[in-house]
Amino acid sequence: MRKRLYRVLVALIGALMVLLVGSPGAAQATETPPPDATAIQVTLQDEANKDAEGNPKPIPGVTLEVSKDGEKAGEGVTDDKGVAIIVVDELGKYTVTLDEKTLPEGTVLDENTKGEATVQVRFQGPNNRAIFPIGVTAGEESNFGKDLAQNLRAGIVFSLVLCLAALGFSLIFGTTGLSNFAHGEMLTFGALMAWTFDQVFKTGALASVSVLLAGIIAVLLGGLGGFAQEKILWGPLRRRGTGLIAMMIVSIGLAIFLRYLFQYFYGSSTRSLSQYNGQQREQHWYYLWLSLADREAIIVLISIVTITAVCLWLAKSRMGKAMRAVSDNPALAASSGLRVDGVITNAWVIGGALTALSGVLYAMQLQVNAFMGMRILLVILAAVTLGGLGTIWGALVGSLVIGLVYELGPLFGVPTSIKEIGPLLIMIVILLVRPQGILGRKERLG
Amino acid sequence: MDILDILRAALQQALGPQAIVFALAAIGLNIHFGYTGLLNFGQAGFVAVGAYGLAVSVVTFGAPFWLGITMAIVAPLVLAVILGVPTLRLRADYLAIVTIAAAEVLRFVFGSVEMKDTFGGSNGLNGYAGPFQDANPYSSGIDLGFISFGRNDLWSLTVGWVLVALCCLLVWALMRSPWGRVLRSIREDEDAVRSLGKNVFAYKMQALALGGVIGGLGGMFLALKQASVVPSDYSTLMTFYAFAALLLGGAGRVMGPVIGSVLFWFLIAGLGSFFSQSAGKGGWIPTVIMTDTQASVIRYIMLGLAIMLLMIFRPQGIIGDRREIAIDGR
Amino acid sequence: MDADMTDQTSTETNAVASKTGPAGLVGASTEPGSKKSDPIIVADKITRTFGGLTAVDVDHVEIQRGAITALIGPNGAGKTTFFNLLTGFDQPNTGSWSLEGKSLKGVAPYKVARLGMVRTFQLTKVLAKLTVIENMRLGATGQKGERFWAAPFKFLWGKQEDEVTKKADDLLARFLLDKKREDFAGSLSGGQRKLLEMARALMVDPEVVMLDEPMAGVNPALKQSLLGHVKSLRDEGRTVLFVEHDMDMVRDISDWVIVMAQGKIVAEGTADSVMADQRVIDAYLGAHHDTDLSELDEEVLEAEVEAELEGDIVQEEDSK
Repeated sequence: MRKRLYRVLVALIGALMVLLVGSPGAAQATETPPPDATAIQVTLQDEANKDAEGNPKPIPGVTLEVSKDGEKAGEGVTDDKGVAIIVVDELGKYTVTLDEKTLPEGTVLDENTKGEATVQVRFQGPNNRAIFPIGVTAGEESNFGKDLAQNLRAGIVFSLVLCLAALGFSLIFGTTGLSNFAHGEMLTFGALMAWTFDQVFKTGALASVSVLLAGIIAVLLGGLGGFAQEKILWGPLRRRGTGLIAMMIVSIGLAIFLRYLFQYFYGSSTRSLSQYNGQQREQHWYYLWLSLADREAIIVLISIVTITAVCLWLAKSRMGKAMRAVSDNPALAASSGLRVDGVITNAWVIGGALTALSGVLYAMQLQVNAFMGMRILLVILAAVTLGGLGTIWGALVGSLVIGLVYELGPLFGVPTSIKEIGPLLIMIVILLVRPQGILGRKERLG
Repeated sequence: MDILDILRAALQQALGPQAIVFALAAIGLNIHFGYTGLLNFGQAGFVAVGAYGLAVSVVTFGAPFWLGITMAIVAPLVLAVILGVPTLRLRADYLAIVTIAAAEVLRFVFGSVEMKDTFGGSNGLNGYAGPFQDANPYSSGIDLGFISFGRNDLWSLTVGWVLVALCCLLVWALMRSPWGRVLRSIREDEDAVRSLGKNVFAYKMQALALGGVIGGLGGMFLALKQASVVPSDYSTLMTFYAFAALLLGGAGRVMGPVIGSVLFWFLIAGLGSFFSQSAGKGGWIPTVIMTDTQASVIRYIMLGLAIMLLMIFRPQGIIGDRREIAIDGR
Repeated sequence: MDADMTDQTSTETNAVASKTGPAGLVGASTEPGSKKSDPIIVADKITRTFGGLTAVDVDHVEIQRGAITALIGPNGAGKTTFFNLLTGFDQPNTGSWSLEGKSLKGVAPYKVARLGMVRTFQLTKVLAKLTVIENMRLGATGQKGERFWAAPFKFLWGKQEDEVTKKADDLLARFLLDKKREDFAGSLSGGQRKLLEMARALMVDPEVVMLDEPMAGVNPALKQSLLGHVKSLRDEGRTVLFVEHDMDMVRDISDWVIVMAQGKIVAEGTADSVMADQRVIDAYLGAHHDTDLSELDEEVLEAEVEAELEGDIVQEEDSK
């Protein structure tokens, strides 16, 4: 007997809200509105809990409130078809808020959706429809243990993806001393490249391995991007003796430059890869009490293999040792005849490739847009600061802790809509108690 | 394309409220970064607590207007102490990371659904600026021929630019004093200052607090002018724009941030207007190269590029003195 | 202050015959950690480790008031670390130490300076982007204008600033830097920087002046004048403790020499007696086979230049 576990829903369409004038389908609603009234119709369906034909089950008895400009404009409760019709007085922009407390026992909002959506009531014809991403996920029962299992799984996946980016950051910081604020954009670059090449391959003969190929190309391009950055920008700056703080500000300029360049070419919409995007029916894998969707299993596998390989490489290979030597003491490394410039170039190439890989995996787990890197940059910074700025092993530990805090925080009272604050607060606290980070050495501080 | 139109849009912004907000934020940053060498990447947080200090006390807690104004000054002060205690003893990049993180935490909290009752969520707060608008002594707006400002804008601008002038005066008086000398010395070498018996930590804290409060005044002004506070105004981009303005004008100079801010908004608005006229229907740039949406983005690409180039080739900005610029851009 | 006055007379008489050292040190034992007649600094059981390496392990040491004491030893002996520990720029793992009987354990560096112990640095820390006179003014203590609330109002501190400037100008004249008064300190030569740093330290009116390698990188022409200045510090009644590699200088001006090797004090005594001491010779030979002291100087200089070139990261670290 396989234990059926809580399943996460990543579907965009959780509920359908229709603006209608006297819809016949609403006849069974408890309060039938006058047929000529302007109204907002909300349908709530449980995507995770489907009946025999595969249709999602409706969710009855949920209170919805409609407001305009902060003023309450109406309220409705979903009937046994999951439909609520809320009459509004005029056209305009309304906010529909779902009262989470009235959701049936064991049903919680899907992690990708909010309990709030904006509805533009523009037309008065009956066929105007608007679709909004209010999703609801049902669990057979919701208890702390199951929430923990689910968040733990999300946390592990996120930790590993974060770890790749943090490793990249640490390699570059360790060898150059630069806190690179454009690191988030290096991650975005990986994700966007994967999406772009996925577009190329997905219709051709290679469609079955489209994402895989696109991912490999994206990682190679990420390494190339790192190389180009070092050769065109950072190397020359270093050689003319530019201070680290000046370089940090240059990196902010670069971040803004790249971010809007991406937006210029890719717009601000959010995209998905053609495979492993969570929208197809997925195979699930069960490990002890964790269940992983196949795409998550792939992410975990690729991350662990890559992280292990990088760590072994750092520990065993000549270049890896040289890199650590430069991180520990650049002056000493230089005087012992190491080619510091060569080591730094290597760090940029590998750092760039790792970060691009992190972006590809992040794109698989969630989605792609031009601003994704900006939002995750602070979490990366929290991870490396927590572990100890510039220490390779610190990046591993820091990412693990931060990734778990990020996903587990909501179980311990961190509001879900702002779960970024968990890692950031942890980082600030750590700096208070142990400024060199978990694994950093005290001597590295000023 | 209409050159006059572009110029008008640019000038309107350069003298308008945005320039005032960023001038105040940049004056604060100038004390932090230009004079003391503190890398505050969370100036948006100080601006935000200034604005929310006013709005929350009046709207949420029903405090009188004058108390709200007091809170707009006290709140950044408190934030400076909270951030300064753990980080001012550490290396410069730690302060940068903690301040940027704190600013984001604040923005998330201000905008969160869960704390909507206090901070108004993503829609923010309004309905506190009445006394400010009532105090407007002007009976009509002003038309300078080329550009014009309405009655309310004129009142805001008067208050704003007076505020900027007062802050500049204060910075000038402080920086010529021995106190300013200690700050400039800390910027260069903390240990040297320590070895001469100065409490470096206390000076850094004073600098952080003063710069934060001036940033908070920027937030207060924005809140009064807009008559509403919205969390999305206070993203990290605000900090980086203020940095760009400061670098453009010249860090470590009294007038640097003001000149920088005016010029920054002149360029941003001018470029925005230029590209929106050039692209899309009737423009000379074909839509294959640039669409309307892309035209609104291109100025930010140029902004990023400008920050890089300024930092690399002219770190002292327009009026700075290269020999005593804080950061060696070389 | 009374104690200083008596000391001043005693050092003055001894300055004439400096080879024999001040009266207070005559007859002092040459064993490591020996008792002095009038110690101003006393340190006990000080250890400092970096990772597995013990950089400083000093059991007991006393520094005589009003004398010039040199701290020498081979490269990596822990001299600068010991300096940093005494002045509060680094914290030891164990131990206690005091200035004039007042414990300095856990006291912040700026407070140590205010108590009268002022140091200079191995790599000079003049403020290159301030003018020479501003560097000097910074050194003055108790300035009203350095307080935040008084700073904006010039009438509160203007008069004091004039007095500070007068004092600074006098010192600049004494150190032959008055012609450079309005120049940025960054434009000075290495030797001039050492002079400026020493002059600036005097603005604090210190009891004890701690000089970390005052001769490193100074050209021979300036060396004599620097030596004169160090001696004049003693003649004013101040205590001088300095780290130095230049043995000529050590022999020339020091009343007492303390030798460190591998973090420990291995010998003490007058310059001549120490240099004949077998333990000292062993210590140097143990550290560097077949190198005499002058070659060692060069090595140290090289290391310094290298460190300087490496820039920020190392600067963050060299406070250890």
